[in-house]
Amino acid sequence: MSNGQSGAGKPLLECNDLCISYFTRAGEIPAVKDFSLQLYPGESVGIVGESGCGKSTVAMAIMNYMGANGGIVGGSIVFDGRDMASLSPEELRQLRGGDIAMVYQEPMAALNPSLTIGKQLMEVPMFHENISATEAAARAKQMLADVNLPDPDRVMAAYPHQISGGQQQRVVISMALLSHPKLLLLDEPTTALDVTVEAGIVELIGEISAKFGTSMLYISHNMGLIKDTCDRVCVMYSGEVVEEGPIDTVFNAMSHPYTRGLFGAIPLPSADKRSHPLVAIRGQLPLPHERPRGCNFGPRCDFFDAGRCDAGDIPIVDGAHAMQRVRCVRWQEIDWASHRPDVTVRPEEPAGEEVLAVDEMRKYYTVHDRSIKAMLSGHSVRHVKANESITFNARKQETVAIVGESGCGKSTFAKVLTGLETATDGKIDFDGVDISHVPVHNRTPKQLGSLQMVFQNPNDTLNPSHTIGAQIGRVIKKFGVETEPAKIQQRVMQLLDAVKLPRDFMWRRPRQLSGGQKQRVGIARAFAGNPSMVIADEPVSALDVSVQAAVTDLLMDLQRENKTTLLFISHDLSVVRYLADRIVVMYLGQIMERGTTEQVFAPPYHPYTEALLSAVPIADTSVTKKRILLEGNLPSVLNPPTGCPFETRCPRKVGRICEEERPPVIEISAEHRIACHIPLEELAKAEPVIQVGKAAE
Amino acid sequence: MIVLLAKRFGGMVLTMLTVSILLFLLFETNIESVATKVLGPYSSDEQRQIWLEKEGYFRPLYIRYFEWLGNVVTGDFGESVRFKVPVGDVMWDRLANTAILGAAAMAVIIPLSLLLGVLAGMREASKLDRTISVLSIATTSVPEFASAVLLSAIFVFWLGILPGTSSMTGGFNLVELILPALVLILYDFGYVTRMTRASMAEVMTTGYIRTAILKGLPYRTVILKHALRNALIAPFTVIMLQFNWLLSGVIVVEFFFAYKGFGALLLEAALNQDIYLVEACAMVAVFVAVATQTIGDVGYTYLNPRIRFN
Amino acid sequence: MTETTATAPRESGAMRALKGIGLLRESGVGMTGAGIILFWLIVAILAPVLAPFPPNATLVPMLAPGGEAPDGGIFLLGTDHIGRDILSRLIWGSRTVLFYGIVATACAYAVGIVMGLAAGYFGGIVDEVISFIANVILSFPVMVLYVIIISVFGASGINIVVAVTFASAPGIMRIVRGLVLDLRNRDYVAAAQTRGEGAWQIMMVEILPNARGPLIVDSCLRMGYVIITIGVLGFLGLGLPPPDPDWGGMINETRTMALIFPHMTVFPCIAISSLVLGFNLLADGLREVSLRD
Repeated sequence: MSNGQSGAGKPLLECNDLCISYFTRAGEIPAVKDFSLQLYPGESVGIVGESGCGKSTVAMAIMNYMGANGGIVGGSIVFDGRDMASLSPEELRQLRGGDIAMVYQEPMAALNPSLTIGKQLMEVPMFHENISATEAAARAKQMLADVNLPDPDRVMAAYPHQISGGQQQRVVISMALLSHPKLLLLDEPTTALDVTVEAGIVELIGEISAKFGTSMLYISHNMGLIKDTCDRVCVMYSGEVVEEGPIDTVFNAMSHPYTRGLFGAIPLPSADKRSHPLVAIRGQLPLPHERPRGCNFGPRCDFFDAGRCDAGDIPIVDGAHAMQRVRCVRWQEIDWASHRPDVTVRPEEPAGEEVLAVDEMRKYYTVHDRSIKAMLSGHSVRHVKANESITFNARKQETVAIVGESGCGKSTFAKVLTGLETATDGKIDFDGVDISHVPVHNRTPKQLGSLQMVFQNPNDTLNPSHTIGAQIGRVIKKFGVETEPAKIQQRVMQLLDAVKLPRDFMWRRPRQLSGGQKQRVGIARAFAGNPSMVIADEPVSALDVSVQAAVTDLLMDLQRENKTTLLFISHDLSVVRYLADRIVVMYLGQIMERGTTEQVFAPPYHPYTEALLSAVPIADTSVTKKRILLEGNLPSVLNPPTGCPFETRCPRKVGRICEEERPPVIEISAEHRIACHIPLEELAKAEPVIQVGKAAE
Repeated sequence: MIVLLAKRFGGMVLTMLTVSILLFLLFETNIESVATKVLGPYSSDEQRQIWLEKEGYFRPLYIRYFEWLGNVVTGDFGESVRFKVPVGDVMWDRLANTAILGAAAMAVIIPLSLLLGVLAGMREASKLDRTISVLSIATTSVPEFASAVLLSAIFVFWLGILPGTSSMTGGFNLVELILPALVLILYDFGYVTRMTRASMAEVMTTGYIRTAILKGLPYRTVILKHALRNALIAPFTVIMLQFNWLLSGVIVVEFFFAYKGFGALLLEAALNQDIYLVEACAMVAVFVAVATQTIGDVGYTYLNPRIRFN
Repeated sequence: MTETTATAPRESGAMRALKGIGLLRESGVGMTGAGIILFWLIVAILAPVLAPFPPNATLVPMLAPGGEAPDGGIFLLGTDHIGRDILSRLIWGSRTVLFYGIVATACAYAVGIVMGLAAGYFGGIVDEVISFIANVILSFPVMVLYVIIISVFGASGINIVVAVTFASAPGIMRIVRGLVLDLRNRDYVAAAQTRGEGAWQIMMVEILPNARGPLIVDSCLRMGYVIITIGVLGFLGLGLPPPDPDWGGMINETRTMALIFPHMTVFPCIAISSLVLGFNLLADGLREVSLRD
């Protein structure tokens, strides 16, 4: 974070009443309306918002790159005193990648797959400063070292696919910095990365402005990341800035109902599923061509005042605090102190008998290595240990979360559980029967129906060719819940009621539904066979923040009503902390730590859990975190470390023993287990990673 | 890389072996019919039996196959019934003529369609793109025999500037090569153009082209250095596959223009039940097709660093 | 599908088909193609009404276009070497080419889809065997394959259909296989698997309907190609036995006279080219429309 003197001097970038539209066959679709921003030298401003709010469009407009059908229809962009509209193509080219540089969401896609990284980096100074290739190579190498990439020579010679995602993003950042830009645009630079890798990139971005004095525009959907990287923030909703101001103001004294609603819907450490549940924002994001008259947030707002809120365009006005601006006609009238959103407080219910018991379950895949080296050494058949010695249990009505980054084996585990794969070894007792070796086609309808899944991607979970009713009806029939057509239809309608969707949705096809609605149908389908256990694989991670809370809520309500066990697979510790009773932390196919939520979030920690907790961005200015950054990349599952899987990145590695021996499982208490070589007394000395309520640094 | 080459080569040999088995089974399982085709329909039953005995046709099928395969590998395809000479004597000359025709067509098709494809794909949905697209659709829609007829009508009947047949009886004649080559070009270039266009258009929408533009590179550099390198990988394979298509095309073209080439020979052999010649021609045709395809596969792998370094 | 819900998908299925045609209206290229195909379809259906003369009647030989018939009628496109009216033969010939084109393409699709589904969905050894068979067939230059098959088994309608199926199914199989490899990883397929659906149920109900877009486009292109194939076989003298009119055969019969009487060959050439063009334009239009949303 920089210490940019906001308000001082001349702004580097000014957007004045910027309006951007896309022109489609259906007519003009306004993407961004009335966008104004001043960015001062050395300052970092965040633009935060959900999908379709226009935040990326702003960045592309600043670069003057909007495709054939997009265009600025009003207002102006002034950069460094020059109106961008007046630039000649050659001046624009000089500016792009020169004074303004950009970092993209998908680093792999942003790099040319058939040119070496060195060549791609060297182009920047060669075309902007006309320097020789040797000099450009030296500059590129230096810059790779500056972004903390080990072995720059090797990276220079490598093709993009030969390095990891985190390293690719460092390359993209170094490419952007090579021309010493005055302004750096970052468009969701860490969204495609794992959370521990993300933490490293965020750290690097924080260092940039201090090191190079670069101004930054940071675009993200994640409030926590904005807090960690920016001085000020603009909150966008449906094409408009609804609120802007310094981080502290917007995070603690927000005035717009949408901003307030957003913070109420994010699982902050202060939230609790029983006593302090999340408050969902009702409804859906409006589509660009279906925006209401007046305030775009009106239809979803608790303070909507017909006649005023939908009278006409609403101007953005100064708020109560310095540099705060709000686009709401009622912001002064709303009494937030006495506002009590109606939420159901759920009483605690004790967990029932054991439903699932996994005992030393292993799942190995056989991979044939066809390289010459492998053939010569006779090791052409290798085993990928996707799951190694998985042991844990789950009780009736309990929520158990499996947490881990990509490649940790959580999806493989779900496959074994549902019978799409069978275990290599070990036992999985489900409702008293060992199902570890029973493939899906040998399971009884009852077994199938009582163990169902909710999937991650809303666009993928429903078959686009069939109606909602047909898809849910098929499940009901398949599991033998009902057989008569009339009864099946009845049951479909009940399920739609249960997931709070209108009954006539049964005639619709998936493409007529929004992401959140599709997820609801997916949940209805999972609950159609009265399951005793539901596996939810990242059920809300692809949804917009304002919709996430509602879907999470729904899942919990159905779980309570049906006394279902919920196995919640996620990479997001914030969500997990909010809704799980117990947590299993996995890394490279093995369990590192498991215990109740309180136990996992408090010391003693497994070093990996500690790093994971530290890496999760939290959108709360009262939270302080211990800084633990992991070195290196996730090892390949094909070639995992022989000893502790976390050994290669562990900041607290003891020594040779970590490389050579599998760590022992330490029993800390009845529920709490940690697999680590570090003695318990040492682990217990750790301080809590997340501290709430302490004054900011 | 070496393993990959070995695998491709192995696959090629396996395909050729399978094709040889299929052809052998198709033509030589029924030995009575073989004798009839070789000795003619008016031969007596006794003559046939004597011939079959002499040629060893009463031995088991698999022994005959391996013997036949051995001969084929060493270039001995037997004697042509129609031409009364060893098959090789007539076939290799014809193949050389076809190679000339194919080379002439390819020499135009490759540069023309790559250029048009890149121009069209560079700016998708532009006027130029639409013109090139419709042009290439239109030309691929005219079958070779139809364009042969239409071009002959124009250049031979009305304008009278080109010869209507290309038998090249008086030795090699460039003028006689024009019409057959033109027919092949017209039919084939559209397909390669459209494949190139699709590949180029796809590359132009990728993130790395955006990166290259927003990095401030001149448009020329973006196209020449970033786009073409990736966009021409797919057309390379497509071009290698065209040799297979060309072998189909030459049958029609050589038949129409009475060009003494491989395609006309194959057709003549098939229509006259000249089985040894058909077998030989089919084996050679498949060999050319499989060999070019293998080159295409290997080349694709070599051009694509994502596969090359893995 | 349950019976209660079966009525609705059928209704909206028809509605969606209408919507698809509506979308096509925005592609000029596609509409032109559809128009040409429709024209020939109508000609084929109404052949007995439209044809001015019986197609096989030998009237006045070698008349140029516009020549007069003994009964006072006019040979709009002239007559061929044995005096048959070229226009009538073109009109009747459209029946042959459309019938065999559609039947052969449909057969090739039936075989190719089943092979592609099995190869893509089961993978492993099933895929390797099917893909190898396809590779072997595709390694033949197509015309070589046709010439061999027809010369060995004889020229007849049924053999043409068999030959086209044999030669085209592997290509269709590759396309279907590619689509299945992508679609089988969708979550809705996993959902069907976790509720214990059978493999063919998943392939036919969950996967195939979602592959229809690219397959419809491909089937139009392939129709065009099959029509060319039928024409080429006729042209090489390997097509349908005479005397019934077949465009390729018409060219073959008169091509030796092409330099003296171009009209005998030029009109069938234009007819076949226009029909192929129609299918290719329609395919392009459909692709353009399907990419839009």
